[in-house]
Amino acid sequence: MNKIILSLSLVIFALSMFAQDVPAVQLKDLNGKTVNTKSIINNNGKPVLISFFATWCKPCIKELNAFNENYDDWKEETGVRIIAISTDNSRSSNSVGPFVKSKGWEFDVYLDENGDFKRAMNVGEVPHTFLLDGKGKIVWQHKTYLDGDENKTFDVIKKVSKGQPIK
Amino acid sequence: MKKIFTLFLNLAGLGIFSLLAQENTENNSGQITGNFQTDAQYYIEDQSIGATAVKEYMLVNSWANFIYSNQNFSAGFRYEGYMNTLLGYPNSGGINDGIGIPFRWAMFSKDDLEITVGNFYEQFGNGLVLRSYEEKMLGIDNALDGFRIKYQLHKGINLTGLIAKQRYYWNHGPGIIRGFDGTIQINEVFQSLEESSLRLNIGGSFVSKFQHEDHPLYNLPDNVAAMSGRIMIRYKNFDINSEYAYKFNDPSLDNSYIFKPGQALLINTSYAKKGLGIVLSTKWVDNMAFRSDRNASLTDLNINQLPEITKNHIYVLPAFYPYATQPNGEWGAKAEIMYKIPKNTLLGGKYGTNVSLNYSRAHDIKKTQINDSTPVFPPASGTYGYNTKFFSIGDKLYFQDINFEISKKWSKKILSNFSYVYLIYNYDVLRGITGHGNVYAHIGIVDMTYKFENSSALKTEIQHMFTKQDEGSWVLGMIEYSLPGWFFTVFDNWNYGNPESKKHYYSIGFGHISGGTRIQLSYGKQRAGVMCIGGVCRNVPASNGVFVSISSTF
Repeated sequence: MNKIILSLSLVIFALSMFAQDVPAVQLKDLNGKTVNTKSIINNNGKPVLISFFATWCKPCIKELNAFNENYDDWKEETGVRIIAISTDNSRSSNSVGPFVKSKGWEFDVYLDENGDFKRAMNVGEVPHTFLLDGKGKIVWQHKTYLDGDENKTFDVIKKVSKGQPIK
Repeated sequence: MKKIFTLFLNLAGLGIFSLLAQENTENNSGQITGNFQTDAQYYIEDQSIGATAVKEYMLVNSWANFIYSNQNFSAGFRYEGYMNTLLGYPNSGGINDGIGIPFRWAMFSKDDLEITVGNFYEQFGNGLVLRSYEEKMLGIDNALDGFRIKYQLHKGINLTGLIAKQRYYWNHGPGIIRGFDGTIQINEVFQSLEESSLRLNIGGSFVSKFQHEDHPLYNLPDNVAAMSGRIMIRYKNFDINSEYAYKFNDPSLDNSYIFKPGQALLINTSYAKKGLGIVLSTKWVDNMAFRSDRNASLTDLNINQLPEITKNHIYVLPAFYPYATQPNGEWGAKAEIMYKIPKNTLLGGKYGTNVSLNYSRAHDIKKTQINDSTPVFPPASGTYGYNTKFFSIGDKLYFQDINFEISKKWSKKILSNFSYVYLIYNYDVLRGITGHGNVYAHIGIVDMTYKFENSSALKTEIQHMFTKQDEGSWVLGMIEYSLPGWFFTVFDNWNYGNPESKKHYYSIGFGHISGGTRIQLSYGKQRAGVMCIGGVCRNVPASNGVFVSISSTF
């Protein structure tokens, strides 16, 4: 039994060494149109930041506010595209559009009402942020948001946009 | 056999490493991803707050997901272990204790077809007739286990069909669920309408459950069908989203075995433009509990979910009195305005100020007797139960919430959030008891954050709740200091208005975050209460002890 577990860990470890792809899952945009995750992560060879949030999650709102305030500068310097994924269920999913508009957020927001994308990306709790390199591979991730975390996030985006190693 | 399996695994591992060694190798061996979480609590007896110790000293909930995917194929499983289940999670008679793999699945997708075998989650429309989901923090997992086919008939026309049984802890519920859903996105179907400012989506669902039972008194229906129709119309900044559901007679423990059909209506409307969002919602529900076992209760074996439309409060004190949908009959309405006062104005300041006002209310519905000898409440088993007019509103208030929130950033360093909440909570109805009466609670919250130069920050929260009912008034103070990757918190929740004894619920903790991994350790006391996520609630018992949580995504 131990040998099997050891071998299984070897396989899992080996496979997880690869930079990961984003799974193909159906989401809805704020116009109610169905979109596939594969079609929204294209950014012409530039990095993409995917942030899972919910309208009832205070740290998520703080994080996305911080991203939004810096978005123009970040785009100019690195070409990064930010995508926010709402995990609100049908209690609040109908309010996500008005909520996002009222905040004045400039980035694209998609709805993941029953958590299909959240599960496929192995997200437990929100906020959870992933960074994709220009080839669409997941190269970095970050759980939770503490005030000031956006500085670290931007450092990583800069490195990835230049093709530098993250660490 | 075991040896061969081990050998195979070793070879697989080596093969993958050799692929890694080659530069620029196309990743054709697939990928494995997953996550892991363990929540452990060491319980200390504390009679002052009614906290108990456990025989095991410590209880632990853990689970890990593994997903293998390779191009059009993916498969996965979740290993779960409750040794034993943390207090307050659904675990009647130890039914949830144990270890195993209750969730495993494989999925194949090609062009317009997607086939899932094994466990899956699904939601039709707003969930009025079918929603299968998991909420680990509530111990809810009504996963389906069976077959699902999704097919895109034409661009903009999507069909889903499924047949499944439902997860019931480590087993399945007795019922079989058959479901079909279709959606048509008009603007996608007709290319000429793709850029139209008028957008229209329509959809419909049909769900049927089968459960045979030889009842000594009643001729219970083996098959119960429910159906719904929905529409979304959007014109420029306006949006209407509505769904109506009907369920044929479904005598169950929820409705005291009456033979009346059920109905539900949900209407959401909104207006949104940059800096302004307005949402108006209403809903009406009658006899719409729908489970794959008619004798199930609490959070078990729900096929549908009837969403609340009240605000989901996250601050501790307003979350003391959360609303939960009353499937046996309720009317509700909500109005919400969210506005950003523009930058560089007197009230907006340098960064703009966000304000929001939210009002919601829920009542019972009008029910009348079917004849002079049959009471409306409690419903008479084996009868039609009661009569009701569609969209009738009763006099009994279940819940009311008025809340106002201002978020303001004063400078690059100082952020603040001020909230006021006034709640009326019908304790008897929402907790299923009698003689307690309504709770009227006024809550004020000041939440301040000071950011230092080096990405560290100090966050403070002061919350005060004034109420003469239930346990009386509370005041809560919280300080959190964070620096990159670390946080430290101290809080005290003081029930100073409790006429019996003025109790302190303090807690101290810290956490470390590194990439996709989070570790948290805390010591303290927790008040007995109700915890709700996404509209579903569980009772949390009072506790005192050490709590550890470790989670990681890989």
